[in-house]
Amino acid sequence: MHLHKFEKIWLAFGILTLTVFLGIVGFTAFAQGQTPAGGQDTIDPEKVDVTAPFDDPGVHQIDDNTYEVVIKAMTYGYEPSEIKVPAGKEIIFTVTSKDVVHSFTIPNTKVNMMVVPGRISHKSYTFDKPGTYLTLCNEYCGTGHHFMYTEIEVFEE
Amino acid sequence: MIGNSERKLALSNIAVAYVAFLIGTFCGLIQVFMRNDRLELPAWLDYYQVLTAHGVLLALIYTTFFIYGFLITGMSKSLGSFGPKVRLWSWVGFFITLIGTTWATVEIISGRASVLYTFYAPLKASGWFYVALALLIVGTWVMSFALIGHYVQWRRKNKGVLSPLFAYMTMATFALWIISCLGVVGAVLFQYIPWAFGFVDTINVELSRSLFWYFGHPLVYFWLLPAYMAWYLVIPKLVGTKVFSDSLARLSFLLFILFSIPVGFHHQLGEPGVTDFWKFLQVTLTFMVVIPTLMTAFSLFAVFETSGRQKGAKGLFGWVGKLPWKDIRFTSLFIAMLFFIPGGAGGIINASFQLNEFIHNTLWVVGHFHITVGAPVAMTFMGITFWLIPYLTGRTLTGTTKKLAFVQIASWSIGMLLMSTAQHVLGLLGAPRRTQYSHYNDNPTVLGWFDGFFSNTATIAIGGTILFFSAMLLIVIVLRLWFLEPRSAGQDMYAEFPLAESDTSATPKWLENWWIWIGIAIALIIIAYAIPITHLIQDAPPGSKGFINW
Repeated sequence: MHLHKFEKIWLAFGILTLTVFLGIVGFTAFAQGQTPAGGQDTIDPEKVDVTAPFDDPGVHQIDDNTYEVVIKAMTYGYEPSEIKVPAGKEIIFTVTSKDVVHSFTIPNTKVNMMVVPGRISHKSYTFDKPGTYLTLCNEYCGTGHHFMYTEIEVFEE
Repeated sequence: MIGNSERKLALSNIAVAYVAFLIGTFCGLIQVFMRNDRLELPAWLDYYQVLTAHGVLLALIYTTFFIYGFLITGMSKSLGSFGPKVRLWSWVGFFITLIGTTWATVEIISGRASVLYTFYAPLKASGWFYVALALLIVGTWVMSFALIGHYVQWRRKNKGVLSPLFAYMTMATFALWIISCLGVVGAVLFQYIPWAFGFVDTINVELSRSLFWYFGHPLVYFWLLPAYMAWYLVIPKLVGTKVFSDSLARLSFLLFILFSIPVGFHHQLGEPGVTDFWKFLQVTLTFMVVIPTLMTAFSLFAVFETSGRQKGAKGLFGWVGKLPWKDIRFTSLFIAMLFFIPGGAGGIINASFQLNEFIHNTLWVVGHFHITVGAPVAMTFMGITFWLIPYLTGRTLTGTTKKLAFVQIASWSIGMLLMSTAQHVLGLLGAPRRTQYSHYNDNPTVLGWFDGFFSNTATIAIGGTILFFSAMLLIVIVLRLWFLEPRSAGQDMYAEFPLAESDTSATPKWLENWWIWIGIAIALIIIAYAIPITHLIQDAPPGSKGFINW
């Protein structure tokens, strides 16, 4: 098969940049731990209220620098409705759904994960600045979808 | 001119496509004003119904029917008239698809299926909605196999000869379509239908999502490949030259089959249930489509430059001025390609693993698919419409209609530019997609979505209004070309099917050995999907019962 000389150069350049690009994405993901949200834990979606840790939703301090926030998503809101966390500490969000698919999304941060019934999603994030952070559902969940939001208070410690 | 029966077949497909286009774009107009809190719907209709209809009618129905209209015409033109069996099964397929389409639309409009076109289990639509969708897909399979039969007959009569490039590319498009539909057909037949009719109580949600996206990504290539066919085959003819390289054109289509299917997890990067390893593997496979995309870009610019130089262009960019800008068939396709440059770049961002979290399910994504399917694909189909309908109706594109066509293409470009830029910017500011207007307790983040020029839902509404004007203009043009324009005298260039010559003398025969390529495609699919899908089935949590949240 005949390839024009310029096309060889063009394709070689393209494939090289692609390799470098994927190398960088892979390195930041697996060597530096910058992977997207996810999780392998499962739960019975009918029994969320009586299954740990969702039987006790809210903010739990794990150690000096780490907090876990356990949240239940449902049409059309999040439980607990009030969430207060300190700035500058690692916050691990642990979220599941009591009914349909939702998302747990804090605009302008990298916290943007799908919440699937029967599965538990995790994401770790550190808020740099205190403030009131809008948190919303960006996955269609019914006619009240656009009313599904909450606010997270981040305070200075 | 192709045979009468094929003309009727193609025109029927195109007619359905433009009815869907008319209703679908009207739904779009309603949405842009609702998102801006300028419009309230009557109680019997809600935003998400309109949204579902907009997505299904434009992304699924307009594209699919138009594609079959185009491919039927091209297959008859390049391989000869259809035999009785091909004709019969094409009609059977057309009617099955039409019944499925109409039925699904009725279910959506009557409020029994506000589940958006990505289904969203455990939201549960009426069981008949899923049956209708299954019919729709089976109908397209029947039409595809009718055309595959036509191709097989031609190959039998022409042993040892490579098929014409149009037929080859059509077959590649169908291979992609049939393999990719297996995912959604599997989900609908084995998960949704038994569950929606109450034969089983629960559904495995994450499995249903994965099966959908196995189909959902190659679906976009099913729209794109026929547009590429026009770029590879129609453009060179319009600029007065040949296909740049027959073998590269064929190879790029094969690479699209290989690398557009085992990649669906890049739509699920922020989802639980799939490990990072499998997500990243599919991200890597996703990026392999960069290679055939670069090949296509090279071929196109090579065609532009060669033709310009043949016409005496000098200097590095002198050929730009020699392109046939006054030919709307060319200009519409050229602008379509320009939109694909930022469209492709945005796609790279979206698929970039962790970067996806920043834009996932924001308006950015809506902006992205409006400058991929909504501009490159749709504008290519518009450009094809300007000659395909005259070709099929035997009429001609006269001065007035030609002027209207320029206004239509210009307004579509401006409207799309305004709307999609605003959508991209708002997405970066965190505005979610698939949502009706909401002020979210006047949080400061939200206030940023309603001021500024591009960071403003008003800009989306302005762009959307211009787009709707352009859409109505296109309907006028279609009607003129169909019924009002004068009959062509036979020599008219607008009533021709512009199909460039493609020199197959240097094309290796192994490029047309489909079993090898389909085999490799299936092997890649098994590598990318077998283990994670098995995991989703074996280690599944208790399933979900259905919810009707509308």
